Amino acid sequence: MTDDVVMAGFGGQGLMAIGKILAKAAMQDGRHVTWLPSYGPEMRGGTANCVVVMDDEPVASPVVQHARAAIVMNKQSIDKFEPTLVPGGLLVVNSSLIDRHADRTDLRVVELPANTLAEAAGSEKSANMVMLGAYVGASGVVSGASVEHAIELNFGGKKAVAETALAAYRRGFELGRAAVA
Amino acid sequence: MGYDANLPVDQAVPSPAPERLLMKGAEAIAEAAIRAGCKNFFGYPITPQNEIPEYMSARLPEVGGTFVQAESEVASINMLYGAGSAGVRCMTSSSSPGLSLMSEGFSYLIGSEVPTVVVNIMRGGPGLGNIAPSQGDYLQMTRGFGHGDQKAIVLAPASVQEAVDLMSLAFDLSEKYRNPVVVIGDGLIGQMMEPVTFAPTVQSTTEKPWATTGKPPTRKRNIINSLYLDAETLEKHVLHLFEKFGRMEAEEQRAELYLTDDQPEIVICAFGTTARIAKSAIKVLRAQGIRVGLFRLISAWPFPQQAFQTLVEPTSAFLSIEMSMGQLVQDIRTQVAGRKPVEFWGRTGGVVPTSEEMVAQVQKLHHKLVAQG
Repeated sequence: MTDDVVMAGFGGQGLMAIGKILAKAAMQDGRHVTWLPSYGPEMRGGTANCVVVMDDEPVASPVVQHARAAIVMNKQSIDKFEPTLVPGGLLVVNSSLIDRHADRTDLRVVELPANTLAEAAGSEKSANMVMLGAYVGASGVVSGASVEHAIELNFGGKKAVAETALAAYRRGFELGRAAVA
Repeated sequence: MGYDANLPVDQAVPSPAPERLLMKGAEAIAEAAIRAGCKNFFGYPITPQNEIPEYMSARLPEVGGTFVQAESEVASINMLYGAGSAGVRCMTSSSSPGLSLMSEGFSYLIGSEVPTVVVNIMRGGPGLGNIAPSQGDYLQMTRGFGHGDQKAIVLAPASVQEAVDLMSLAFDLSEKYRNPVVVIGDGLIGQMMEPVTFAPTVQSTTEKPWATTGKPPTRKRNIINSLYLDAETLEKHVLHLFEKFGRMEAEEQRAELYLTDDQPEIVICAFGTTARIAKSAIKVLRAQGIRVGLFRLISAWPFPQQAFQTLVEPTSAFLSIEMSMGQLVQDIRTQVAGRKPVEFWGRTGGVVPTSEEMVAQVQKLHHKLVAQG
């Protein structure tokens, strides 16, 4: 069983961070995992993305052309990755910054205003956590406990920041789960 | 990605024994070197391997080691010459153009029999090229990348864990043979994060009576040198080196065979990241009923011919897949020696081949084989 997800948005939106959190959570669940960032000149001021592959067997290719899921946090990212998803794939869209719906009708789509929801949960900076929550809630690829543990580790001793991040993550999780129920 | 602020936190995290860490390839290579007893790092920055010196600059002082950012790659390799001569476990890392600059010093290391480890995280070339993943240095590395009659073991990891394991091996082999060892990866191995487990730290137990550690009254001076002005003396020295190279060739072949036991129609030959992507393609092709396997080089030199030769008879055709314009395929053709068809397909310039492209290439070759009966 292989799961993979591409996470894309502006540099600074925290896509790399939620990728690492997901990878750590999957690792804690006992799965094989790879985290691969886009790197190079394309990152300067443009779209940044990373791909996380989770597998019950050792991960073959860490490079994914047609992912099973995408988390997109800006317009460029939905334009770039929506067409590449596998049929039936999961598309998690940040409607705070993306003013269009998915074009494809063969995808499972979760739209949510991540920036607004994050602000309500305590900080707009946690929009990435809302998106991660929505993906985990809709896909069920990792255990919620592992993700929450990975989020706590990610923020080290900064308890207040971790609490805000967890609140944002949980809000996203609820909406993601409800969207596919 | 540049500096990873999360990393020190990761390392402090207690996890079930043995500790399993999610680490970037470049940083895992550096940590593995330190745990293998590496005490000195000399290097000059170049993307995509800067996380190795960055990590070393923070960690080496913690273990009583020394990190030096040299003024150039030429300086780094000659600093290695000095530290290695004193018997210290030491290394450098760079990327393709940097290795070209090191080639003179590398030959001196071999000529003087100085053990050390050189990491090459290959990037697109020729020239300044770009910083994207490449395997275009295969021929340069596997022929011994300096001048003169010389060879060096070249190890090619395909995962972060394997990179960790091979770093430790690289130090051991460099001392076993008193010869530099090269570890080659591509930008993907350097940038990717995977879970890794480190073996317990072991200190080198290799005796180094040849090292220039100061002359006690009980022995003659140790001299580290590659200059032999008398032709017959140099010939004798080179023959001694080739006796060593012969032992390396016999004893240090490493390869992985994947799904090659059922008289495969096609065996893909690859190494590093390309081999991993090929595994994804093979899963798809196997589901289509095509018997495809993989021959993955772990030692790029010595070429793992003992394992490869077992495949020549049962396999119908070979396909070398590379992130270069047909370098590995030259060795495959030499090994097959005309007995079976050998084809090449690759991408270059830093383009990473996709598993879909590989599937299409294997299907094309398969159709050709079927048409030929």
